[in-house]
Amino acid sequence: MPLSSHDLISIADLSDGDIGSLLESVATYADVSERVIKKVPALRGRTIINLFLEPSTRTRTSFEIAGKRLSADVINISGAGSSLKKGESLKDTAKTIEAMQVDAVVVRHWAAGAAHKLAEYIEPPVINAGDGAHEHPTQALLDALTIQNRLKKISGIKVAVVGDILHSRVARSLIMLLGRLGAEVTAVAPPMWSPKGLEALGCSISYSLDDVLDSVDVVYLLRIQRERLSDHMFSEQEYARTYCLNRERLNRAKPGCLVMHPGPMNRGIEISADVADGEKSLITAQVSNGVAVRMAVFYQILGDVVS
Amino acid sequence: MSAFSITGGRVIDPKSSRDEVADVLIENGKVVDKLSEVAEPEIIDARGLLVVPGLIDLHVHLREPGREDTETVESGARAAALGGFTTIVCMPNTTPVIDSRAVLDYVLEKAALTPIDVKVVGAVTAGLAGERLADLADMTAAGAVGFSDDGRPVSDSAMMRAALEYSLALERPIISHAEDLDLSGDGVMNEGEMATRLGLAGIPAQAEAVMVARDILLAQMTGARVHITHVSTAAATELIRAAKAKGLPVTADCTPHHLVLTDEALSDYDTNFKMNPPLRSEADRQAVVEGIWDGTFDAIASDHAPHARHEKEVEFESAPFGTIGLQTTLPVILTELVDDDQRLIQAIAALTSGAAAVLGLDRGSIALGAAADVTVIDTKAKVKVDEAFFVSRSTNSAFLGRELRGAATHVIKDGKLIVREGELV
Repeated sequence: MPLSSHDLISIADLSDGDIGSLLESVATYADVSERVIKKVPALRGRTIINLFLEPSTRTRTSFEIAGKRLSADVINISGAGSSLKKGESLKDTAKTIEAMQVDAVVVRHWAAGAAHKLAEYIEPPVINAGDGAHEHPTQALLDALTIQNRLKKISGIKVAVVGDILHSRVARSLIMLLGRLGAEVTAVAPPMWSPKGLEALGCSISYSLDDVLDSVDVVYLLRIQRERLSDHMFSEQEYARTYCLNRERLNRAKPGCLVMHPGPMNRGIEISADVADGEKSLITAQVSNGVAVRMAVFYQILGDVVS
Repeated sequence: MSAFSITGGRVIDPKSSRDEVADVLIENGKVVDKLSEVAEPEIIDARGLLVVPGLIDLHVHLREPGREDTETVESGARAAALGGFTTIVCMPNTTPVIDSRAVLDYVLEKAALTPIDVKVVGAVTAGLAGERLADLADMTAAGAVGFSDDGRPVSDSAMMRAALEYSLALERPIISHAEDLDLSGDGVMNEGEMATRLGLAGIPAQAEAVMVARDILLAQMTGARVHITHVSTAAATELIRAAKAKGLPVTADCTPHHLVLTDEALSDYDTNFKMNPPLRSEADRQAVVEGIWDGTFDAIASDHAPHARHEKEVEFESAPFGTIGLQTTLPVILTELVDDDQRLIQAIAALTSGAAAVLGLDRGSIALGAAADVTVIDTKAKVKVDEAFFVSRSTNSAFLGRELRGAATHVIKDGKLIVREGELV
């Protein structure tokens, strides 16, 4: 079933039906990745541009593999290799790409709103792979799927999203999506990283990881960017003392509490190495699900034209 | 010298508390009670129209010298005339900065070629760098009407104190762009729920209010007058109201966009809504509106800030701050702000006598004997704000796409007709 929206910029673009059908259909695509020959012809002859104007390895690779397993031609354009470093505007880049008759553009950009603007500039569908501190909707979808696969439900579960909410596109998309799926989300952050009006996204606010540990089913740790700690903030050690999910904290958590992280991790800052690699960690499952979710997104955005 | 008889209009002259249907007669550049026998006046039929003093805009950016691709003194003056303005005041953040008599003279030479009065504000500090005072006395002698580092605050409080003290000798106000740059940080819009949703860095209301508080304290300390421009927040409005109640030498203005728009407008990352100070919350907007009605604000000023299309059509956080306003101020205020007769008069005062008083300009009234700067306004005229509407060299308007009401049909400057039936003469 095609998405109700032409582009996927924000979780808000998805109807409840879209979210349901995306999550349901993922199993089919996950199956492809289990085969010896990991390729189906669904998007044969379609061209997808991976426009990555901010460094990223895992997300770009995940989209690239997803497209290739559906037999689409996937072309990577990265910030360093594109004309943007030479001063070309996003609009000009967009027009150039459109003129090459591509079928979809995946965009990662350092600026919030860039995916939205790109979708205004070009006709082919735009999939947001993370724009500044705005959103990262496919990450949220793969996270929701990972929770659903493990707990068999999302409605009614409790999730703590922990870290630099202020600067996190992952947090914004995840809070909105899990809230819509009926989870109870608490955003846990030092007050300086808890942005104004965050509750409106559909979560409650806490400043203490320890306060919420014994009640949540999932602790979702955000990556701490070291450069953010130099901006009127405290030391890494100070952060880790209060917010790092280590073994001692995990032992105090609700039994069965699961651990997630979008990667890449700063071991020892937001998550200890043993917890990251431990039995409660869903972190590698997140990565695997990323490919399947992106296949589902590609197919639902592009596949209907073929069939 | 030409003569005019503006007949049958509703004459509003806030300074003389005049509001009546009457004829306004003009001869030899003055408003007169009767025309001489030799006069052959042009009759302007103003029945159903407003006849008010020529409008005054205390705060515009004309980009000349340096960025003539986006605006010149001449193009800005034409936009102003069509917008009903007979006097505009331009800010010094040009390239080079208007921080010396030489650059000031250059701008005034350009100004003299325009049909309106273009007054010039000089920089407080050399190069707007905040490091040493510019030659304020020399610029005063050359005609500067005030001083400002607008676009930036004078961050160093000792520098602001020095500027205010020096201004006592010069009898020119210091115009404050009130912003604590540390609190603004890398913010690009109002801090609040919308910024959180959009993932854009916020500028808190307190970035403005903290600096307004400082400026008020320094005005009290020095006895010099500070004019706070483009006030956008409830907190700053309250501070100014309290300062005025104490009789401190503080005046202030606010912009049309802060009076009618909020940060809700940014939901599509449209950079035409990116300005500094940023569009604020609805509560802030309402507080600023209240400040107009209770006299906290002396004037409404456009902060007309032209930018090239290619500079605005970039990522939101990379785009320059600013919206143009000279041609939209009047229709925006008439359409979106004024809803009764008393407020109509107050709004006109904020665009005429109130603005004139801030800089001590001998304008803003059409009492008998006054210089004949007159604007005739059709409050019902429909205005479609599209790119073709603008005669400014830039079209970065926060009001693009709107249908508004209210236009200047005739504008007379010093007894000369410069706009007739909405067209430049």
